[in-house]
This record gives sequence, C-alpha cells and structure tokens, in this order.
Amino acid sequence: MSDSAVDPEEVHHVAGLARIALDDDDAERFAHQFQDILAAFETLDEVPEVEQDADLANVMRPDEERPCLDREDALRNAPEHEDGYFTGPRVS
Amino acid sequence: MEYNGYVTEERIEGAADGPLADKTVAVKDNISTADVRTTCGSAMLEDYVPPYDATVVERLKAAGATITGKTNMDEFGMGTTTETSAFGPTDNPAAPGHVPGGSSGGSAAVVAAGDADLALGSDTGGSVRCPAAFCGVVGIKPTYGLVSRYGLVAYANSLEQIGPIAPSVEAAAELLSVIAGPDERDATTRDATRAGSDYDYAAAADGDVSGMTIGIPTELRDGADEAVREVFRAAVEDLESQGAETVAVDLPSVEHAVEAYYVIAMSEASSNLARFDGVRYGASASETAGEVDGDWNEAFAAVREAGFGDEVKRRVLLGTYALSAGYHDKYYEKAQDARAWVQQDFDDALEEADVLASPTMPVPPFEQGESLEDPMTMYLADANTVPVNLANLPAISVPAGETDDGLPVGLQFVGPAFGEHAIVRAGSALA
Repeated sequence: MSDSAVDPEEVHHVAGLARIALDDDDAERFAHQFQDILAAFETLDEVPEVEQDADLANVMRPDEERPCLDREDALRNAPEHEDGYFTGPRVS
Repeated sequence: MEYNGYVTEERIEGAADGPLADKTVAVKDNISTADVRTTCGSAMLEDYVPPYDATVVERLKAAGATITGKTNMDEFGMGTTTETSAFGPTDNPAAPGHVPGGSSGGSAAVVAAGDADLALGSDTGGSVRCPAAFCGVVGIKPTYGLVSRYGLVAYANSLEQIGPIAPSVEAAAELLSVIAGPDERDATTRDATRAGSDYDYAAAADGDVSGMTIGIPTELRDGADEAVREVFRAAVEDLESQGAETVAVDLPSVEHAVEAYYVIAMSEASSNLARFDGVRYGASASETAGEVDGDWNEAFAAVREAGFGDEVKRRVLLGTYALSAGYHDKYYEKAQDARAWVQQDFDDALEEADVLASPTMPVPPFEQGESLEDPMTMYLADANTVPVNLANLPAISVPAGETDDGLPVGLQFVGPAFGEHAIVRAGSALA
C-alpha cells in the first residue's frame, strides 16, 4: 500500500488546504491512522464502472422577492460585527 | 442528568392541539431551534443560537408537541458512539457502562430512559438506527427526500435524513407522519403520494406479516458477531411463525459500501464544514488566536484547530484529500460507482422480497472508551447501515432481543423507496 501511504508532511499540506492548523504530534498521529483508512479506500479500485442513471429533476420556482433573515438576526451569532457588517479577524 | 442525554434542557411549547399535544419530543442538537442554542456537539458552536426553526421543528410545534431540549450527539454527527461530543459521552440507559450508539445517542438514550416520549435524530450512515439498536428502542431512517433537511446542520447532504426514535413502531410511525412531506425550502424533498404512498404510517403498524416475503442479505448477516446472529436467528424464526416467508438474497456490492460511504461522506463534510471559520458564527478568531501573525487563512486555521475535535478533523482532512487534485478520480469517482452499484443491488433484491432484514449493527454496544483510538474499527461497525443511505432507501431498526450478556440487539428492515409502510408493518410484528 506504499501507493496510499501519507507522511506527516502530506498531512500538513492537506491540513493547509482544509484550513486546519495542526501541530507536529497531530500530523504524526493522523498520518499513522490514515494508513489503514486509505488502504481501505484503495479497495474501491475493484469496483466496476457502473452506469449512473440518477432519477433527477430540477426543482424550479419563480424568482420572486420574499422575506428573508433580517440583518440583526444574521449578525447575532457573529463574534464581531461593525456597522451592520461581519468583521474579519485582525491580521498583521 | 446522570447519563448526559441532553446538551441543553429547555422546554419549547407547541400548539395547544394536534396529534402530538400530549407528547414530549427531544430534538438532536444539530436540528435548528429558534432562540435555543444548537451546538452539533461541537465546541465550535458552543454559543450558537439559530435565528430560525428547522422545518421539522415547525412541524413538531404545529402538531402540539412539547420539545424537552437538545440531545447529545457525536460532533457534527461524526461517530458511532456519541463519544466524540465536546460535551462528554452519553451513557446507555439500557446497558449502563456501554455506549448508546451514535451519532444520535442522546436522542435514543432519553427515549430509552423515559425522559422524553419521542425524539428526533438524523441518519447519515446509521445515526438513527445504530443508537436505536444499542438502546433497545425503535428508529426510522426515511427514504431520501421524504423529510425536509431545512435547518439540519449539514454533514453529508446527499446521504442524510432526519428520522424518529420511539419506544414502539407505532409511535415512531406517528412521529414520522408529522415531520414527513415536501418543503419548498428543501428542493430535495418529494411528495410521497406521487410515488404511490401516503402519510398514514401508523396505519401499517398492524403486525400482519402473513404472506410477506422477507429477503435476508447473506453478506449483512454473516459479518455479524455470533451473539448478534443468535438473536437475529430467533427473531427471523418468530417472523416465520407469524406467516412471513424468508428468502436468501445477495448484495455483492456491499463489500465496498463502507469505503464508498466514508469517501462520499467525508468529501461532502470537507465542503460543508468550510463555513465554520469564526466570522459569521463559531468561536471568535480574535479570542482564539489573538492577533494572528499572517493572513486570514491562518486565522481561520487557528479557529478550526481549536473548535473541531479529532474525529471531525480526521474526516475533513480525508475528505479534502479525496477531492484534491490527482485523487478525485481515484476515490470520489469510484465511490460514486460503488454507490450506483449498491443501488442496483438493492433494487434487484427488492424485486424478490417485500423487505430485507439484517442485524442493524454487527456488534453489541461497545463498552465506553473501547473504540475511540481506532477509527477504522469504528467505521466498520457501520457495515449494515451505510448501504441503505447509499441506496436512498427507508429502513427501521426494532429491538430484536438481548445477547446472553443482556445487551440490546436491533433488527433492521429495509424497504423500497417510499415503502415506509412495508418496513413499519414488518417492524410492528416484533415491536
């Protein structure tokens, strides 16, 4: 399963894509746990190509103005907001 | 509460009249309740108070139900034991010292303990049926599209449904009738009457299985522990003695169902959980990280490191990996093939039988703490439940008896799409 092996460096790379900070211990531990899980995912190679004929239909409605969440309610759970806008984190 | 069934205990009164006027209903904490906090079992949403009700909550209130509170769960629904909750594990009232199953463990526990008459859970890969089985109560995972997901905090949209948990099949069926039906705010809902069904599910709880054909997928039976198989065998004999006919059926595709499920669920999760960045809701970036030395992405990453537990991080990372350049075709596309194959297999099997029966869980309830350190063992416990979500079908878990050690065992019936009546009828022959 060398094909699916991930090392801690790769875990750090994926964590960067996922916007999750990890310390080296976490990356090490996850890399170890991912061996088994990715080895299991590898077995999907044995699955034949299957025709996917999903029975789907678009659901449409007229594009009409309707009431929605008011601004105060939408901001209620924001850790910080200013002048009716969400405030992003302070960075240097 | 000593078994830790609720994250938040707060009564919400419903209408004076209605089919649930004398009933108390507990609601899983990933289902939005206006002005009552909804944590999803996560530190990320410890203080999140939704400004609106989920459609199912509106329907409970309109039906006269009194909501008792918000129940404990695996963080964002990611777990099979309710041990990944940021608010501590829930004990199993039916088997103290053991997990209640998950992810809707709190909902099943409060029903098993008699602290609520009924409860709502959500089922992405077994999260209603597993805790129902482990706590000795009834749980229904409806056909995909029967119940609105509006206001359900999304984990894996293409797989999940909200479903009822109750002490009896009839009571679960009555609760399903209240929450089912199309909703213009969830475009994936469908009207069951257009699929030849109706919404009076309790009418099917007549216990009459005489002449019913019950298919038994050998793959789902033979993978179970001997203690579970023994209880399952006795329940099947009981059904046969009531006039049901049983036939063996094959579902060769389910060998790959767990892998396919986890690739799809983790991929969807990695996208869904991107919204938790500490700006619109969630832990505050400034409080968590102070002034971050870097850019916004680093500030978000610090919030997400602090706000998410290990299992959520694992699934978001693996989902991100499965969708990343070079791996999408290898994992995600193959998982979609496997999903289509599972759907075909179930369609074929349900040509030969009215419903399919298997043990709900291949194992009895784990002891507390037993499985947390080994994620793959935990994922494999979902072997019998995830195929049903991949196939979009309805299923019910009913108590089938206990192992020699006194641990509850659940039996799962799977029906055709919008065939809720068939699984309610079969289930009512046992509970």
